[in-house]
Amino acid sequence: MTSAYLDLIRIRFLMMLAYRVNYYSGIVIYTINIGAYYFLWEAIYGEQKLLAGFTLAQMTTYVAVSWMARAFYFNNLDREIANEIRDGSVAVQFIRPYNYLFVKMMQGFGEGLFRLLLFMGPGLAIVCLIFPVKLPTDPGTWGIYVVMLLFSFLINTQINMLVGLFSFFVENNEGMLRMKRVVVDLFSGVIVPISFFPGWLAVTMKWLPFQAITYLPSSVFTGRTSGDEVWHVLGIQILWFIGLIIPIAWVWRQARTRLFVQGG
Amino acid sequence: MFYWSLAMEYIKNYAKTKLTYRADFWVELLSDLLFQGVNLIFILIVFQHTPSLGGWSEAEVIFVYGYFMVPAGIFGAFFNIWNFSERYIVKGEMDRVLTRPAYNLYQVLLENLDPPSLFGSLVGLIIMVLSWGDLGLAFNLLDILMLVVFTIGSVLIYAGLFTSLTAISFYSDAPTGILPLMYNISNYGRYPVNIYNKIIRFLLTWLLPFAFVGVIPASYFLEKDHEGLSSLALLTPVVGAVVFGIGLAIWNHGVKRYRGAGS
Repeated sequence: MTSAYLDLIRIRFLMMLAYRVNYYSGIVIYTINIGAYYFLWEAIYGEQKLLAGFTLAQMTTYVAVSWMARAFYFNNLDREIANEIRDGSVAVQFIRPYNYLFVKMMQGFGEGLFRLLLFMGPGLAIVCLIFPVKLPTDPGTWGIYVVMLLFSFLINTQINMLVGLFSFFVENNEGMLRMKRVVVDLFSGVIVPISFFPGWLAVTMKWLPFQAITYLPSSVFTGRTSGDEVWHVLGIQILWFIGLIIPIAWVWRQARTRLFVQGG
Repeated sequence: MFYWSLAMEYIKNYAKTKLTYRADFWVELLSDLLFQGVNLIFILIVFQHTPSLGGWSEAEVIFVYGYFMVPAGIFGAFFNIWNFSERYIVKGEMDRVLTRPAYNLYQVLLENLDPPSLFGSLVGLIIMVLSWGDLGLAFNLLDILMLVVFTIGSVLIYAGLFTSLTAISFYSDAPTGILPLMYNISNYGRYPVNIYNKIIRFLLTWLLPFAFVGVIPASYFLEKDHEGLSSLALLTPVVGAVVFGIGLAIWNHGVKRYRGAGS
């Protein structure tokens, strides 16, 4: 059984490889985004040395690393699940001897692995050449970052699953899918680090899972979070990972009794 | 007349589908607004930490954003053809469109109407009016006329660029990720272009003239002339006509090459 899941990762990896144009354009997209935000932040800093605890150099690194991490954890599982529910092919998945959600997770991981090796790696190298990005020198930071990145992927995938599974209840959730993408980008800290948010919003963000996707790992990587604090933020990620399993399991149980197929 | 009645029929059809998925209509409207709102939140957060962005004040940047939302909303409502390649080329629906008497691009656009986007234009207008007061700008009737002219120009630029990019699917059959790329770049035309380096500035002004969709026409109304941007504003409709013309030409040439997917 395990080998079947491993095969799913492999197959998705190869599938990604088939659409290479997407992948090249992806690197360009991300580099342009990072570049635009670099100039934007440079203008925002102006004469100031420090904003919300970030120096301009830290900010540049934060932006570069966050976008590249996004390349790894980002996937369209929400849309895939919603489409399969809509066209009814999810019914076939029910009778197969595997766990549907686990299959999706593995496919997402195959995609993430592809982007990690062929996109995030080379992308980061290119970005380091163009912009003044400073990567940490301590191997311990790199090690813990890899673990945190894995949890970023898990938590983001869990949120995607929850939103995707909502199709069981609302029939057409295109709007919701778009909204989710926007909310995750803003509240995870890709666009603005959470520490820039005004007081009440920053506090709200601390109680939501989104910061665990980008802000916490990137803060560790840029060295803003260090020492024992690192274990604390890793703990937050683990808690969210475990915590999100509950609503997913519940929605999944509810969903199976509600399935009705619209054509297909 | 024929084209007008065709549009009416499609809008009726649109209303019927939306009434089937009623809840979704509201979620879509909300998500559109939120989508635009996120960028506004970005501006608001940024200005909590700095008094000016490349010499532009918060009210000015928000004003530019308000203007940007107006053409962006109209464009979103009538040019919602993001998945053109998948639906019309890969699945072969272009065959059906080409057998009908109306102009093919017109049909494709009508089939993909997205009126909730127009709500964004309304919000943009409100933002403009509010910051008009904040900035204490003088108002005369000519401004309304200029706003209409600029909006038409900006929508044409958007339409032209995205039509040419969509037409790429006639030439290459691999699904390309170039549309999201353009979408991202289009966002940077909203910020004061003088903060970017020369290359990006040139790109945004003359090659992919997204600056004409945001900061350039909007600066016409602002009384301070930032680095000569407002003098460029009057070129907006001209740039719009040129870009849209190029877009149509690429599209028409592409349609001639279309052979059908054979599925």
